[in-house]
Amino acid sequence: MNVNALRAFVVKEFRHILRDRQTLIVLLSMPLVQVILFGFALRSDVRNVRVVLVDPSPDYASISLRSRFAATDRFRVVATSATADTIEPLFRRGAADLAVVLEPEFGGHLGRGEPARVLIASDASDPNTGTTMQNYARAVISAWEQETVARRGAVRIAPETRMQFNPTLESVNLFVPGLIALVLTLVSALMTAISLSREKERGTLEVLLVSPLRPAQIIVGKVLPYLVLAFANVVTALLAAWIVFHVPFRGSVTLLIAAALLYSGLSLALGIFVAAKTNSQRTAMFTAMLVTMLPNALLSGMIFPIASMPAWLRPVTFIVPARWFIIVARGIMVKGVGVAHLRLELLVLLVMTIVLLASSIRSFKPRLA
Amino acid sequence: MKAIAAQTLTKRFGAFTAVDAITFDVAAGEVFGFLGANGAGKTTAIKMLVGLLAPTSGEARVAGFDVHSQRDDIRRSIGYMSQRFALYADLTVRENIQLYGAIYGLSDEAIAAGTTAMLERLNLPGHADDFVASLPLGWKQKVAFSVAMLHEPKIVFLDEPTGGVDPITRRQFWELIYEAAARGTTVFVTTHYMDEAEYCDRISIMVNGRITALGTPGDLKREFDAATVDELFVRLARPAGATEAGSAA
Repeated sequence: MNVNALRAFVVKEFRHILRDRQTLIVLLSMPLVQVILFGFALRSDVRNVRVVLVDPSPDYASISLRSRFAATDRFRVVATSATADTIEPLFRRGAADLAVVLEPEFGGHLGRGEPARVLIASDASDPNTGTTMQNYARAVISAWEQETVARRGAVRIAPETRMQFNPTLESVNLFVPGLIALVLTLVSALMTAISLSREKERGTLEVLLVSPLRPAQIIVGKVLPYLVLAFANVVTALLAAWIVFHVPFRGSVTLLIAAALLYSGLSLALGIFVAAKTNSQRTAMFTAMLVTMLPNALLSGMIFPIASMPAWLRPVTFIVPARWFIIVARGIMVKGVGVAHLRLELLVLLVMTIVLLASSIRSFKPRLA
Repeated sequence: MKAIAAQTLTKRFGAFTAVDAITFDVAAGEVFGFLGANGAGKTTAIKMLVGLLAPTSGEARVAGFDVHSQRDDIRRSIGYMSQRFALYADLTVRENIQLYGAIYGLSDEAIAAGTTAMLERLNLPGHADDFVASLPLGWKQKVAFSVAMLHEPKIVFLDEPTGGVDPITRRQFWELIYEAAARGTTVFVTTHYMDEAEYCDRISIMVNGRITALGTPGDLKREFDAATVDELFVRLARPAGATEAGSAA
């Protein structure tokens, strides 16, 4: 192996990267922008729920509950009325998202130790949001109940589901590791796919393949410089997760960065593999986007739990790299576990990287066709 | 020793035979013109000789090394300039030279000396730190040729090196080729310009994957009773025109 040749090749790659300023800026800012945008757009919690309160017989208890809704920054009370007729027009106009209807004699029932009924109606044109809003309303009611009624020893308003009143934090904690996976894989795979397919398209790859440089050196020389960029992306994505979304880092940050770098390396290898198998920059770019975005977003467990997928689809998720990285990232960030618990996942990522690099190298060997 | 010796060299892609049992020799120091219509199989043949494609059958030795088993030795012994312009446009002339010099195992001193000598020879002093993108096409081609010659290869393969270049630059390019040949390098060149074919010591004409004529331009013109290589080429290559489409070359 000619070390000078590899060094010269890596220097050349750095020159390509550094001289294409616009691309460099896009590549470096993409993780930050994407983590923040996706983070805010895709999180499942809902803010600024516009609520209508219906209280046919105001008394101390019902007013206290109503003021609880008004005081919660998640809700904004848009109307309070004595009858339920007000709800439908508001829903129709899109002026309200949720209605909380207290039954007549709400406070009286509670005072007498009888069950007090509350109807929570939501505009369910977006069913997910509807369910989430209902859960929030339940949580507000049960919290109020704990404080004011339960003190007297009896729980009268039985919520159908229990949930901690901390859904924002929970959803983001689970979500951000997946998001980091998605962003890293997209940026990394695109970088190498474009870089290698450009050489293919311009004919420089052919000249390199005729030179004493070995296919393995070309591939390694392509991946190494981008691993440096990937490191910057990993740190940016993690910082964004920490500063913007306050995702905890319960485990080792070093281990997390190392794992994210391994995952980026895998994505770089994926980009190389895509470029090796396609014939134009455009095809390589779209293929790289297709193979990284869709499976990693849909089949990784990031958005849809793998356990709830149809049985025939579940085995497919084994070949989705993000599936493994998300387990690693969630484990380190949320659960604080160490290498010992993540051996299998890390090994799978490593093997995938090696297989992709090896098959990319193979595809540059003279073809027997 | 022959610089190149091919014996019934064949390349098939499925049912299609791109190169059909070609046999020819190129003597050391010779300027050999490898002619043929588009799709005749020239590029496929070159790719087998430089080690980009494995032959389906037949034998070939390049610089004395076997194309099947000694590909690495071949790579060190040859220079290659492909159809497409192959320097990096976003690197300077000097950086391109440094890259290829290092790839071919030249020392830093040799690369520095080679850079100066090359720019003087090309009459481009003062342009070492220009980006290749800013050079006119003719200069780019001359720099690309010189870079392919940097490690003083025994044989240099030029695949349509003068495509799209103006006549004056083409002439200067051929002066570089002659200089290289005078220094003992074997030149294997494909071209579409039949006037260039006249500059070659010997030429071969490929039609539908086969070599149908091989000899000095003068001998071939006499043999086929043609006034120019152009006329000779048209007469031999015309049947190929009908099957040009769908070829792999």
